[in-house]
Amino acid sequence: MKLSINFVKDYVDIDVDIKTLAEDMTRVGNEYDSAGKLINATKLVIGEIIECVEHPDSDHLHLCKVNTGTEVLNIVCGAPNARTGLKVIVAQDGAELPELTIKKGMIRGQESNGMLCSLAELGLEQKFLRPEDKEGIAELGEDAVIGEDPIKYLGMDDGVIDFELTANRGDLLSILGMAYEIGAIYDKSVKEIDLSHKENGEDINNSFSVEVKTENCKMFLAKKAENVIIKESPEFIKNRLIASGIRPINNVVDISNYVMLELGQPLHFYDADRLGNKIVVRMAERNEKLTTLDEIERELTDTDIVIADSTHGVGLAGVMGGLETEVEETTKNVLIEAAIFDSVKVRLTSKKILRSEASNRFEKGLDPKRTYMAIERACTLLEKYADATIVTGTVIYDGTNKQDKQIDVTFQNINDVLGTVIPNEEILNVFRKLGFTYTVNGETVTVTVPTRRLDISIKEDLIEEVSRIYGVDNIEGKLPVVPMRKGSYDKTQREIRNKMIALGLNETLSYILINDKEINGYTLDEIEPLKLLDPITEDRNTLRYSMIPSLYKIYEYNRAREQKDVSIFEIGKGFYKKGDVYGEDTKLCALMSGKYSLGLNNIKNVDFYTIKGIVEEVLDYLGYAGRYSFIKEEMPKEMHPGQSAYINVNGTNIGIIGKLHPSVSNEDVYVFEINLDELLEKKVGKMKYKEISKFPSIKKDIAFVVDKNIISKDIERTIKSAGGSLLTEIEVFDVYTGSNVADDKKSIAYSLTFIDNKKTLTDEEVNALMDKVMDNVCKKFNAEIRK
Amino acid sequence: MKEEIIKIKESALEEISNTQDLKTLNDVRVKYLGKKGELTSVLRGMGALSAEERPVIGSLVNEVRAKIENALNEKEEKFKQAELQEKLEKETIDITLPGAKIKRGSKHPVNRVIEEIEDLFVSMGYDVVAGPELETDEFCFERLNLPKGHPARDMQDSFYITNEYLLRTQTSAVQARTMLANEEKSPIRMICAGKTYRREDDATHSHQFGQVEGLVIDKKERNVSLADLKGTLEIFVKKLIGKNCELRFRPSYFPFTEPSYEVDVSCFKCGGKGCSLCKQTGWIEVLGAGIVHPNVLKMNGYDPEKYGGFAFGTGLDRLAMFKYAIPDMRYLYANDIRFLNQFDRKDEE
Repeated sequence: MKLSINFVKDYVDIDVDIKTLAEDMTRVGNEYDSAGKLINATKLVIGEIIECVEHPDSDHLHLCKVNTGTEVLNIVCGAPNARTGLKVIVAQDGAELPELTIKKGMIRGQESNGMLCSLAELGLEQKFLRPEDKEGIAELGEDAVIGEDPIKYLGMDDGVIDFELTANRGDLLSILGMAYEIGAIYDKSVKEIDLSHKENGEDINNSFSVEVKTENCKMFLAKKAENVIIKESPEFIKNRLIASGIRPINNVVDISNYVMLELGQPLHFYDADRLGNKIVVRMAERNEKLTTLDEIERELTDTDIVIADSTHGVGLAGVMGGLETEVEETTKNVLIEAAIFDSVKVRLTSKKILRSEASNRFEKGLDPKRTYMAIERACTLLEKYADATIVTGTVIYDGTNKQDKQIDVTFQNINDVLGTVIPNEEILNVFRKLGFTYTVNGETVTVTVPTRRLDISIKEDLIEEVSRIYGVDNIEGKLPVVPMRKGSYDKTQREIRNKMIALGLNETLSYILINDKEINGYTLDEIEPLKLLDPITEDRNTLRYSMIPSLYKIYEYNRAREQKDVSIFEIGKGFYKKGDVYGEDTKLCALMSGKYSLGLNNIKNVDFYTIKGIVEEVLDYLGYAGRYSFIKEEMPKEMHPGQSAYINVNGTNIGIIGKLHPSVSNEDVYVFEINLDELLEKKVGKMKYKEISKFPSIKKDIAFVVDKNIISKDIERTIKSAGGSLLTEIEVFDVYTGSNVADDKKSIAYSLTFIDNKKTLTDEEVNALMDKVMDNVCKKFNAEIRK
Repeated sequence: MKEEIIKIKESALEEISNTQDLKTLNDVRVKYLGKKGELTSVLRGMGALSAEERPVIGSLVNEVRAKIENALNEKEEKFKQAELQEKLEKETIDITLPGAKIKRGSKHPVNRVIEEIEDLFVSMGYDVVAGPELETDEFCFERLNLPKGHPARDMQDSFYITNEYLLRTQTSAVQARTMLANEEKSPIRMICAGKTYRREDDATHSHQFGQVEGLVIDKKERNVSLADLKGTLEIFVKKLIGKNCELRFRPSYFPFTEPSYEVDVSCFKCGGKGCSLCKQTGWIEVLGAGIVHPNVLKMNGYDPEKYGGFAFGTGLDRLAMFKYAIPDMRYLYANDIRFLNQFDRKDEE
């Protein structure tokens, strides 16, 4: 909402500068975007061209001698309308205009000591410029006094504050509402509005009627103004519209906008001669068509409110009038509509067609008392500035409640909620400043809230008013006095993240929205895509199920920037719908590619075992040691079939690990994803001390040469059962293929640890167990001992 | 014999002082003190001495032996010292060469801010709670006093997947869940941080962003008031943004609180004088807060006549940007490794 200071001064006295006003309004809850002069230019003066000749070296420049009252300046001017005797706006040496600074200088060899200005050069927005304003310098009237301030002469010495109002303060979308608010801050009373005008002839109700067929129209008032003379508006109306951001058109159209700005009530003017003698307000029929005044034929739906005559629609209520009954240069008689329509319906229609100053006001809600004021005010102005004759009477349909609200609140209520000890008189003073009346009955104040304050309906609203006007800055902060207790939180996720970070991975924050084509990736689960009804881009139109596509995007982003060593992880959500139930799982996902530091100077290229080590490290850390395995089953097609597996804990697959399939990435990229909700459901045992054996352990190393397709897990199982209870640890320490080993074979070396908690083991005992181990493994896997 | 012993002593001491290494020194030891050594031989000849002479010569021999042993030990110690010195010198390295480091991973700046906030509020007795990101219209809006058709819903253009389900536009949804889940209707002190989503994407708005929400509900007689909210947020802002920050409570409007406030902090870049960061106003908006609206209490099972409290919320992305001087919101979500690597150390306290 752009507030014209000149406009609001009609209704309240303001003694502070514009910046202070803007700051003070902000402190009571009305934030501003900008505050400044309508025309931001310095060193301007009214001058008269006393001589105007052609520039000798130019086909369009003029050499002007301009009298500014105190001196005669030589100014070179290119405007085609520069001529002797014209009163002009002179920007003197050193003048600061919005786009440029004026300096004395030479133009094609001729001295120029200033500039003659057009309105465009003074910073007036394009949409407010008439064709003549764009073509040449501004032509001031004969009555302009040489040497005086041209901005003042034009009536444009106004200040504008652009407010960003909150959605509940529809009342501030009017000059009068602003006047009440400013009055409350500075304790000033608001001045009366002039609604006086004459009425003539037979009552309008005898010749015109309104029928309201929908409850979405709460109020509909109509009056008639006859014999209007359409012309340009007076300067003050035009300037105030411009300051408020509305383009002046002609006096009649401008008056409807002027009253809307002044009172917050949108009006609609119809060309009465092209309208029948009856208006019907109803919901549109499905597929009903209406051409709006922007000359577009609209197809309507049953949520649009339509203004119709007895046969067909003539306007879209609250949003846009129809072309057919538009006020034009030739219009003689005007039917004035002041109405209240349902805010939700207007919002729906305006969202489809046009969000305007008017629709915005309907959406925020209107004060029915203002509706009556506005239609009278329009008559006052039409009589005064369009020479209209106002027809006697008003056609009234009114289904509104105009009762002022009465709300009880106690002084205690107010001080309790605010945590203050504001004296009773000060509280009452706030209500008085706001223009609310009240009665005090012991501890209780009954406040009568005027209908203009649609936002106030419960005592908490009144408490807010007290805090606003009393000033939140005057309230001292303290801390709640409540029983002490410890706060709590589940640290597991944080522990997992810290572990991953300690393992050298970077934590990311990825987007959860992906393309629906990616939704079936990295899983064999049946997935119903959760697509957005209204995505911003098709690239991000679906909620992810697996996090891997999100992390892969991050990998691609980095690779495109020559960052190939990427080891990242994230805990985030994956979303699903199972049957009718929507849900989300917390997942831990990691992606690794390129070089990875295993600590000290041990830097290697990431392979399957690197990322598997990370998974094992995390699972061991969480207490799942010995309870998980990696299982090869049918894998999703995005995974390398020979280098991927499911992560299985206690018999359930809780995640996936492996290399990305070459069809996904040409680079060696490894990922894993664990469903943390599923994993953490599985209980772990308590961390507990185990007796350390007093007896020494014996370590034995052994290497088997086996077929390449034999998997280590199976050999380990055989070793374990052969080794019995004295075999406490089996560790793979080398896997070898190459010279001395046949092409279809590999060598796997194990380090076995034997220990007896009751006595010192002898070599004979251990050797006997080792013989059994070798024997069993060799038989079962057709293995040979590698010497 | 006496002369002979003195002679042995002198020649032994001279030989000792002339030795250049440990091995020669050992030879000297054997030569004089060994089983067949010169001094030992003298002792062997003692039998021929008279009873008066024997103790005199005996003590002289002992004295000489002690002297020689002493000299030998001293010399040996010297050689050992020299040898050790040589070893140490040989082992000396260039300590200015870099250490062999283990690579550190890094924690995302937004998560760092979340942890800092959670720790602060846990220390004040708040519980950290979580809620779903795929929310229902009921919890995201309706139970927060935002019925369908409410104009304030426009402030939060949303990603719906059905008429009922949407990605939550605000962590406030967790307010309703926490109140409703608390069956005893006992006091609540909770904090909830997480991802939120709105249908907007430009230089200053990401369609996905972080929010944190706090809620305190207590019995009316304990009077959890606006002043308490102010005090709590002063602690919050001063911890997160800086000790010298000033706060400004600006009345505002949120459907779920009444009264409602937006909280500005004095611009930490210019100190309030006005700069590009604060758009020349001297203030930066950081929080939304207020006293819980009676309708919200009612709709979530708390009697507004018996309970009251406050709620607050703020955007995490901007806090992270302020804290680490990150100039562009988009850096937080691009996850450039060179960006992430910078957040690999402990935050200062």
